[in-house]
Order: sequence, then structure tokens, then C-alpha cells
Amino acid sequence: MNEAIEAAIARHRDQPGPLLLVLHDIQQAMGYVPPAAVPRIAAALQLSRAEVHGVLSFYHYFRDQPPGDRTIRLCRAEACQAVNGDALARHAAQRLGIGFGETSADGRHTLEAVYCLGNCACGPSLLIGKELHGRVTPERFDELLDGAEPAP
Amino acid sequence: MTATVFIPRDAGALSLGAEATAGAIARDAAVRGLDVAIVRNGSRGLYWLEPLVEVATPAGRVAYGPVAAADVPGLFDAGFLDGGRHPLGHGPTERIPWLASQQRLCCSRIGVIAPAEVADYAAHGGLAGLRRALTLAPADIVREISESGLRGRGGAAFPTGRKWRTVLEQEAPRKYITCNADEGDSGTFADRLLLEGDPLAVIEGMVIAGLAVGAAQGYLYLRIEYPHARRVLKEALAAARAAGLLGDDILGSGRRFDLEVRLGAGAYICGEETSMLESLEGRRGEVRVRPPLPAVRGLFGMPTVVNNVVTFASVPAILAQGAGWYRDYGRGESRGTLPLQLGGNVRHGGLIERAFGVTLRELIEDYGGGTASGRPVRAVQIGGPLGAWLPPALLDTPVDYEALAAVGAPLGHGGIVVFDDTVDLSRMARFAFEFCAQESCGKCTPCRIGSTRGVELMDRIRAGQDVAAGLERLGQLCDTLRQASLCGLGGMTPNPVESALRHFPEDFRVRS
Repeated sequence: MNEAIEAAIARHRDQPGPLLLVLHDIQQAMGYVPPAAVPRIAAALQLSRAEVHGVLSFYHYFRDQPPGDRTIRLCRAEACQAVNGDALARHAAQRLGIGFGETSADGRHTLEAVYCLGNCACGPSLLIGKELHGRVTPERFDELLDGAEPAP
Repeated sequence: MTATVFIPRDAGALSLGAEATAGAIARDAAVRGLDVAIVRNGSRGLYWLEPLVEVATPAGRVAYGPVAAADVPGLFDAGFLDGGRHPLGHGPTERIPWLASQQRLCCSRIGVIAPAEVADYAAHGGLAGLRRALTLAPADIVREISESGLRGRGGAAFPTGRKWRTVLEQEAPRKYITCNADEGDSGTFADRLLLEGDPLAVIEGMVIAGLAVGAAQGYLYLRIEYPHARRVLKEALAAARAAGLLGDDILGSGRRFDLEVRLGAGAYICGEETSMLESLEGRRGEVRVRPPLPAVRGLFGMPTVVNNVVTFASVPAILAQGAGWYRDYGRGESRGTLPLQLGGNVRHGGLIERAFGVTLRELIEDYGGGTASGRPVRAVQIGGPLGAWLPPALLDTPVDYEALAAVGAPLGHGGIVVFDDTVDLSRMARFAFEFCAQESCGKCTPCRIGSTRGVELMDRIRAGQDVAAGLERLGQLCDTLRQASLCGLGGMTPNPVESALRHFPEDFRVRS
């Protein structure tokens, strides 16, 4: 854990306004930003712990808990709502047995709501890891869930 | 002889199976012993035809789509490498009416070129604008942009030339160019299409802006939800540096400009320009009180140009062809063209670049072909989650900033989302408040508190509890949000709420 944090700090500390860069690198390496990293980042970047925590908690993307093996980001915005996105969202939550913002008990899946993936002519859309899927019906969702390899 | 086949690697095309299609074409070609070169282009934005496969023939590129992997053997059997006839064939791509009737100025290269190859870019008109800009004085570049009539395409529609002139006139040790690629409005994807399909145009536009105002450093703020754009941008930046389009000696001129991509982290508010600057500086994306404007005191306290992806991508062609060429398109105070994005429940969705003046009806009925569900169109939302809902009766409104504002529907970033008759507008009004509550940065009270009060009010109205009093309070709440919010998130949330109530009162249990 400390290695990833120290590497992220070393890589960015001399850049202007480095905090988001550091947080992104840590989350990229570890899947989340452990709360224990906050004091270390604060000291290294000459910020207060409150400032670091404030940034970490402001952005929906950053997480302070490890995610499941696969993170599913499902679009809840209007263009997807226009093509039965709400039904897909209900189906996804039911199928995974978790709500939005939660990770399944077996640690396999994390379900997150996002607002627009820029695929508005091909909705409903979702990201599995970094892979985008369009025109996802509940049936297609099950296929993706059963068939897809764990995303990097 | 090698046949050249174009298969998009655009995120939207990939979301519909383009990778499997590309794999099937490569495999089938190998099995049949055919020599095929596959180019992974961006998308032309004809999303109902994606994955759209094109083949280069002596008579130009020929289109097939939508091509699933399972269709590939049949295409080979039909001789598609020579443009053979097939039920998925559409003939020459550029004669498909949906595309042929468009006026693609800023999106002329998307889906045409290999996105990160400077030679291909230059062969299709790229770099001509920058070469001309390098011969001009900064004030003359700014004058060219001012005379073109270009207004900011991110949503605020502020005259780009005037913004650039303000930055040019500042005395400061450093200045910055920032590109807002935090395209968060539902229903919009023009920025993504450009970043994935023609990123060098955005980069060239930023370099020209740097020459115009005297800035040597740029930042492109990209939303985290666009991993595909991020990959293409990385390649494009490397190619641009290798070709001397960025760096210490731009195209041998001795002028300097470099560019860094920084990532957002899932906050809609960071599409607001001062919030984006805060985020670029590594802080919470809380909006700043204006004045001072970013053009005077922006990134790291220095004069800063903040423009959207489409705005920067429009700049090179204006420099290359001249202000008059661009200005001749459009109407009234809305000059040039706008890449409109048609999405939601629509048969033929995608990117439609037309001069200002095209009507919403032409876009939704002629291009869109009505709803995907086959049911009647009941409502369209223009300009993202902070935009207004319009009924079919208002679809003859022409797309220009002033005409749309006159019917209470700001154009925003040009997204049009179509809904059929199953939509419940009181639910969408509630969603507008919910979204505002979710995405509020918390700096000002009307937005932070008012959005949650709005959700509660809508819940009571929808439950039929004291509807008349609730609606009166809703009006007061919208007034407060509009008058007293620091930025557009709180200030414009009343747009979807009040337009839904005005045009669809029956959904609010109101007897009309």
C-alpha cells in the first residue's frame, strides 16, 4: 500500500495543483484511496488533512473502500431514461442483490450510478470496468454479467 | 492488391460490438487469403448504422451497417471489398442523405481519418489554420475569430473573440488555455466524438488560442467517464509532439506551446468554468464568485481562456478559410454551424452538424425518423439536464440561441433528447431537483438546500397532497434558485421544472 502512495506522491508533487493527480494514481493502483493515505498525502503536499479529505469526498469517482472485482457504472441520466433505463437500473440492482453505491457481499460486483456516458443515441448504456455497452436490455445485462471477463 | 476497410473504434461503435466486427473481418480475410488493411477511425456519428463498416473503392468509400460479427461472412460472399451489393449496404457513404444534407465544418474529419495520425489529418485540411496563425499578429488572430461570429459552444454562447481579446489585453507573467471536456449534459456527445475522431483539431485550436493570447501552456480537462477519449488523446498528444505541433518550436516557428490532459472525477459541476478551474488546481470543484472573470484571473490566478471542445475544434478551419466563410453560415446572432446531438428515444440518433436555423422538427422527424419505440413523440428536452422540456407544438422553432431562448429553451451544448408518450413530466421535474441535489457543489444555499426542498415538494405534489399550495411554493422556490444561485446549476434547474409544468400541466394533477 505505502509503495503505491509514495510513488504517486513522488510522481506529481512538483506539478502545479497536484492533489487530484495523486488521488487518481493511487486509485488506479489500488482500486481506492485508503483513509490511512490521507495524512501522508497532506504532509507531502503541504495541505491540511481536511483539505485532502474534502477533495476525496467531493468527487463521486473517488472511493475510500475497495471496490468489487468488477465495477458496473450504469447511466441514470435522461437520455437513457427515455429508453427504459430505469427498468434496467431496477433489474441490475435486483440481479446483483445490491443498491447503487454498494458492493456485493461476495466482493464480485460494485454497482454505481453515473450521469451520462456520452452514448445517448445508443442507450441504455453502462460501463463494465472501462468497457462501454449500449442498448443494454435486462437480458443483455445478464449475458454481460455471465459472460464478461473481469475487467482490468 | 490491399483492400482498405474502416471500422470505428469510437466508444459508441464499440458499445454496439465494433470490436467483434473488426475481429471477424480480420479473421475471415485471413481464412480467405485476402489482403485487408483495417483502419480504426472515429465514428461519423450515424449511430443507428454503427458498427458502420466502410470500404475504400475507386469510386470512394462505400458503407455497410450496422454490421454485426455474424454478418461478416455474408459481406465477404457479397464481395463487399469491391463495394458489392448487400442488404446492409448503403452505397457511397457521403451520399447517404442523413450525412449528405449536413454542413460539417467543425466535424468534417470525424470518422474519415485515422484520429491520431498527423499526416492523415494534414491531408484532410488540418494544420492549415495553424500555419496561417503563425504568420499573423496575436490581435489579428483574435480579430479573425471575432469577425467569424463564433460563440462559445459549451452552453453559455459568449463571443469567443471577445473572451480571447480580454485575455490578450492582460499583463501577466503567465497565461493559460484550458479546454473544457467535461461534457456532462445528458444527450450530448459532440465533444466525445471530436476527441475520439479528430483530437488533433482540438489540439490545433488550443495552440492557435495560445498564439492569439500569448499563452504557452494548456490544460484539457477530460471527464473520467470517457476512457476511450483518454486513450485516443494520449496517442494524439504523442503524435502532435513528434510532429512539432506542440513543444518548444511549433512547426519550426520558434513559438512554444504545450498541453497536459487532466482528469475529472465524476462531478457534473466541474463543467461550470470556475469549478473546472478549481478542479484543475486540485481542489474541490466549488464555483468561484465572479468577478473576476477567468479571462482576468483564472487558472492559478492567471488570465485564462476557457473554451469547450467544439469551440476549439471550430477554430482551425476559421483561420484556414477566413472569418467570412464561417460567418456566411447561420442566421441572426448565431453564426456558423452547430453539431447537434440527437439521442434518447429516437430511431436515427447521432450527430447532425447544420448551420443555425434548422428547425427542431427537421432534426427530430426528418433526421431522427421519430421515436425508436414507434410511439408518438410527446416531449423533447433541449440542452441537457438544465434545459427545458418542449411539446411537439413548439418543434417548428429554429435552432438559434435567441429563437430558442424566446421559447424558454436555452440551447446549451446542443443536445436533443426525445421521449415518447410514456414519459411522466412531473417525474422528470422531480428528477431535475434530484440531479441538482446530487451534483450541487454546496457553495451557495439556494442550490444546496433548495434542490432537496424541491424533491420533497415534488413528492407531495405527485402524491396529490395540497397540490395548489405546493405549486405556488414551487414557483417561489424556482424564483429563489434562479435569482440567488451562484452558477447555472442552481440557476437553471428551474428550466426543466417550470417548462414541464407549463407545457404538461396534466402530469402535475393540474386541471388545464
